[in-house]
Amino acid sequence: MPDGVLPVLDVRDLTTVFHTRSGDLHAVNSVSFDLHAGELLGVVGESGSGKSVTMMALIGLLPSPPAVVRSGQVLFGGHDLLTVDKDTLRAIRGKRIGFVFQDPMTSLNPVFTVGFQIMEPLRKHMGLNKSAAWTRAAELLHLVGIPDATQRLKDYPHQFSGGMRQRVMIAMALACDPEVLIADEPTTALDVTIQAQILELIKALREKSGMAIIWITHDLGVIAGIADRVIVMYGGQVVEQAPVAELFANPRHPYTRALLKTVPSVHGQRAARLKVIEGQPPILRSAPDACVFLPRCAHGFGRCAAENPQRRAVGVGHDLACHWDGETEDG
Amino acid sequence: MLIFTFRRLLISVPTLLFIALVIFLLLDLSPGDPMAQVPLTVPPEVKEKMRLALGLGEPGYIRFAKWLIQFFWIEPLNTVDHIFGTGFAEGKLRVISWQTRSPVMDIIYQRLPQTLWVVGLSYVVGVLIALPIGIYSAYRQYSVFDQAGTFVSMVGYSVPPFFSGVLLIVIFSVKLGWLPSIYDTTHVVNDWASFKVQLKQMIMPVMVLALQTTAQISRFMRASMLDNLNQDYVRTARAKGMSESVVVMVHVLRNSMIPVVTVIAMGVPGIFGGAIITEQVFKVNGIGQLLITSIQANDLPMVQTLTFIFAVLIVVFNLIADILYGVLDPRIRYD
Ligand SMILES: Nc1ncnc2c1ncn2[C@@H]1O[C@H](COP(=O)(O)OP(=O)(O)OP(=O)(O)O)[C@@H](O)[C@H]1O
Ligand SMILES: [Mg+2]
Repeated sequence: MPDGVLPVLDVRDLTTVFHTRSGDLHAVNSVSFDLHAGELLGVVGESGSGKSVTMMALIGLLPSPPAVVRSGQVLFGGHDLLTVDKDTLRAIRGKRIGFVFQDPMTSLNPVFTVGFQIMEPLRKHMGLNKSAAWTRAAELLHLVGIPDATQRLKDYPHQFSGGMRQRVMIAMALACDPEVLIADEPTTALDVTIQAQILELIKALREKSGMAIIWITHDLGVIAGIADRVIVMYGGQVVEQAPVAELFANPRHPYTRALLKTVPSVHGQRAARLKVIEGQPPILRSAPDACVFLPRCAHGFGRCAAENPQRRAVGVGHDLACHWDGETEDG
Repeated sequence: MLIFTFRRLLISVPTLLFIALVIFLLLDLSPGDPMAQVPLTVPPEVKEKMRLALGLGEPGYIRFAKWLIQFFWIEPLNTVDHIFGTGFAEGKLRVISWQTRSPVMDIIYQRLPQTLWVVGLSYVVGVLIALPIGIYSAYRQYSVFDQAGTFVSMVGYSVPPFFSGVLLIVIFSVKLGWLPSIYDTTHVVNDWASFKVQLKQMIMPVMVLALQTTAQISRFMRASMLDNLNQDYVRTARAKGMSESVVVMVHVLRNSMIPVVTVIAMGVPGIFGGAIITEQVFKVNGIGQLLITSIQANDLPMVQTLTFIFAVLIVVFNLIADILYGVLDPRIRYD
């Protein structure tokens, strides 16, 4: 939807470096993407590609030190989230942007009841009193499919299973009807039925309130089912972006192609077709000056080592960061 | 929780009996003669009679059994009598100090207030200073404040009270003459002026003991806060838009306090031990000083009783620490 409508969230040129004891680590390198109301943006990429760090950086949740956001803009509701004052940022977090973290086992505070934790944003942002917040919290818990919701509000996180905690996280993120939901692998600990239920819930909310969603996952099947658009990340960069149908039909980046091949095929012969991408994801000690995928790429040529490819448009809403034209076997 | 407490109390009975026995045997085996301070002009046969009068002629197990009965049965009865004016313990033999010939517990009750005032207050002061320091040092790790805190607690850790105490006396009593060097136990507080005098004489011993407490507890608090500040749930709280004060003082603090509270509880008996030296330095005639003088006078019933009371304190506060742990941490359920 690049036609004139302003995106709700516009990330430009986001760069983040970790200053660690063993040296700098360039975890996010010039990442740009936008998100429109009611849109579901899928984010894929193998472990360590910088998906979580990107999302945490854009809302200022990385611990500093070691993290330093070097450059970029995150435009949301007329503010740049990277430079906005702390109070405004706090009024946005949890209210207008909800966040579901990757690790449900440790992301809840062990010494407070689940009810208390869900009620916190409700009381702070919506100004609800205790009993109203309690009612709403029970409603939310019920919404994410936890049986006996009112009763369970009094329980502590350790009394919930991993999947239930993940759903508590989702309930918490949805508490204040956010305009943007950032969900970092929100359904990894859920079984298929519950996962489907959550996906339905998310779709419904999107239809009803026009909530925009960023959905990070390893599960390309889920992406194919619910995403409108997908960005593929590698080495802290967006290497390809395309509408979901286009991406699955016509992947252009060698990494995207390899990634799609790792998905077990539905048409049998699964194991045989499962392909592993050889090599390790890079650990970037300095800002990349060559293509980050080059060491693992089958199509690399001279230019790839000399120049980090910029994203270039190759179709409607489809762009990629690669020098290879996709035709010649080796350039 | 109630069942747990009850079970733990039950288990501590044999533990305490065993401790009592060990103390008794150690004292019995240790060299030293309770008659040593009797003038040399007293003939040996008289001394022998005195010895028998103290009950020393009887075999060890009888003496131990007698002490047990006196301490666990007659002394509590006496306390009941004292409070309710009853007469259960009338005519029964109590634990008698060899040195003063008065009941051991009476002397202890006399000395206890001084110790509690100085030691108890210094512990409270020390903890109250330590907690905010620990919290802030962790929140601003490696800041100037944190570095200064590290330095001060190093000093608190490494300088023993008999040194810091004497140093303070030299500076504030001898050189400046601001504060008295001796703690006057007979001082009665009844108006503002006498309260100020009391305050003045308490400052130095309280500060010396508080320095130690502050050093230990603030380090512990800092470490515990640092552990928790990096936890994922802190990020969740921030992502919900909670203010820094809520994040730190509610989410992080509540978690960090769990180990700290137990350390504070377990430190209570230890501070009584530390008081032995500080009381000596400032001439506070509390429990600690009583123990020292009784050891010097070979007053075995007194030493036995005091040492045993320390042991009881340790067992009791360990139990309290365990219970607090269960109360503060919902993940721990004892029953
Ligand atoms: N606090 C940190 N300190 C130092 N390096 C970090 C920190 N957090 C993340 N990193 C590094 O940043 C890089 C990107 O990590 P990130 O968590 O974004 O990966 P991811 O794409 O979310 O992977 P996954 O799919 O496993 O969640 C990794 O190399 C990681 O080691
Ligand atoms: Mg991640």
